[in-house]
Amino acid sequence: MTTVTTGKDPRQTDALAFEAPRAEDLAALLVGHERPPRPSALSASLTFGWRAMLKIKHVPEQLFDVTAFPIMMVLMYTYLFGGALAGSVSSYIQFLLPGILVMSVVMITMYTGVSVNTDIEKGVFDRFRTLPIWRPAPMVGYLLGDVVRYLIASAVMLTVGMIIGYRPEGGVAGVLLGVALLLVFAFSFSWVWTMFGLLLRSEKSVMGVSMMVIFPLTFLSNVFVDPRTMPGWLQAFVNNSPVTHLATSVRELMAGNWPAADIAWSLGWSVALVAVFGAVTMRLYNRK
Amino acid sequence: MTDTTDLAIETEGLVKVFGTNRAVDGVDLRVPAGTVYGVLGPNGAGKTTAVKMLATLLRPDGGRARVFGKDVVKDADSVRGRVSLTGQYASVDEDLTGTENLVLLGRLLGHSRPAARERSAQLLTAFGLAEAADKQIKNYSGGMRRRIDIAASILNTPDLLFLDEPTTGLDPRSRNQVWDIVRAVVAQGTTVLLTTQYLDEADQLASRIAVIDHGKVIAEGTKGELKASVGSGSVHVRLRDPERRPEAERVLRAALKAAVTLEPDPVALTATVDGHGTDLGAAEQAARALAELARAGITVDSFGLGQPSLDEVFLALTDRPADGTPPPNPDRKGTTA
Repeated sequence: MTTVTTGKDPRQTDALAFEAPRAEDLAALLVGHERPPRPSALSASLTFGWRAMLKIKHVPEQLFDVTAFPIMMVLMYTYLFGGALAGSVSSYIQFLLPGILVMSVVMITMYTGVSVNTDIEKGVFDRFRTLPIWRPAPMVGYLLGDVVRYLIASAVMLTVGMIIGYRPEGGVAGVLLGVALLLVFAFSFSWVWTMFGLLLRSEKSVMGVSMMVIFPLTFLSNVFVDPRTMPGWLQAFVNNSPVTHLATSVRELMAGNWPAADIAWSLGWSVALVAVFGAVTMRLYNRK
Repeated sequence: MTDTTDLAIETEGLVKVFGTNRAVDGVDLRVPAGTVYGVLGPNGAGKTTAVKMLATLLRPDGGRARVFGKDVVKDADSVRGRVSLTGQYASVDEDLTGTENLVLLGRLLGHSRPAARERSAQLLTAFGLAEAADKQIKNYSGGMRRRIDIAASILNTPDLLFLDEPTTGLDPRSRNQVWDIVRAVVAQGTTVLLTTQYLDEADQLASRIAVIDHGKVIAEGTKGELKASVGSGSVHVRLRDPERRPEAERVLRAALKAAVTLEPDPVALTATVDGHGTDLGAAEQAARALAELARAGITVDSFGLGQPSLDEVFLALTDRPADGTPPPNPDRKGTTA
């Protein structure tokens, strides 16, 4: 006399006539299967990256934030500030585009935390965690997938920028170097979000915390204006912010220069971010 | 069963605490390899938490757990190489198709891409999902999800398969399909740890059962041992005339000196035969009760004597107060499980 509670799954009707078990079939499947050797760390990470690509294929709407959002950022800030800050739109875009590129991509990184958090809510995360694979692979996979998204955003923004008058003097090589540096930093910075994705309980709180971090970090930089007009205490922050180093590096690389110190700072920050937040992420992931 | 090598799972005083809630509170389990071991308990008893610790998803706060002799904390990686978990909620990616999910896992388990594709196609066919192979999991029915989930768990045949409430929320037909799959998997030598809140499920599949309540094992043994530990069977009687039921109830109570339950069916009664205060066996007692009914002129249409169901075992175990004396209260049947 068990009370059987039947779930209210709207898709409960199983259209397929499934005759279980195909005992012989199943037996054949289960017997004599050698266990292949474990995949390498790289292979496992790339497989998770492939998963991220499949998700984009099935849910293409998620590309909205790497297409429409960056276009909006470029157009909005160029036409809003161009006349006032640099006298004209065409002269401001030379200064602004690399900076707004950095700002937009760094902003987009926060979706990493949201996708980590969403996956935890679902059972699939438990399955990944019981697999005998290199432990950081699922996290690295998210980030590899996200690097593709950042690349799309960069391409979109550079195209829009070129249309409205941006002319990078560094040519193709300068632009590619700038984008490459940006992707390295974004990959490293994303570990902050994987940490919050594991730490916080809901998607909403992840978004909330992300905003709190992202807005000051990106606005308090040299993305929009030269920091020399800012009060001293603010300059102290802005001049040492990783976003400023990165924006300067990308701007100078695209303009055909070689800002060695800023590149070194940007890469240094990247290493530090992975070392700290990567470690915390993996600790949380293992302890969850 | 003292030889550790024959044990798939061995835990000693396993504890997990969430805040003030001792979700798992000193669990000792010994699961022989090659069997289906049922962990039975109501919602919130600590079943899932225990399974998660054994599957290396949660760290125990106390005690020890070994899977095939390997410690689940110190040697987590080698445990992961031998176990699979099918969680309470589908452990597959809902946005991906059936094929994509299995190929993804196949790759993660070290198969080459062609090998992963081949294995995925074989599994989908064997599980009756070939037609749904290219559909996203979110469009699958509940039963189909469970099947793909189990398919994902046996992609590399595991030595130990955790099935955490595999049929919760399924319709009876899908549930039977899952049972058949479990039987087929076990027949190939995989040990299965099955958690369930359905007594008939444990009865159907498991050879040994641990009953868990409030994070503790309150009973453990084979099905027969558990039933015997309650020490009673039940007599089921159906009368011809519903008018005579109150009288029949009095007669049975007097004859059996035990509680009599009036079933929802107006002609049916159930009485426990507990064998107390007499040397007679349950069948003899029942026969005597039947004779009493005939003497009272009450017509009995059908009559059955059954072993106690696991339901009754469970109620007997969980309803028993701390001092352990009173027998189960039959009126609560069907509301607690």
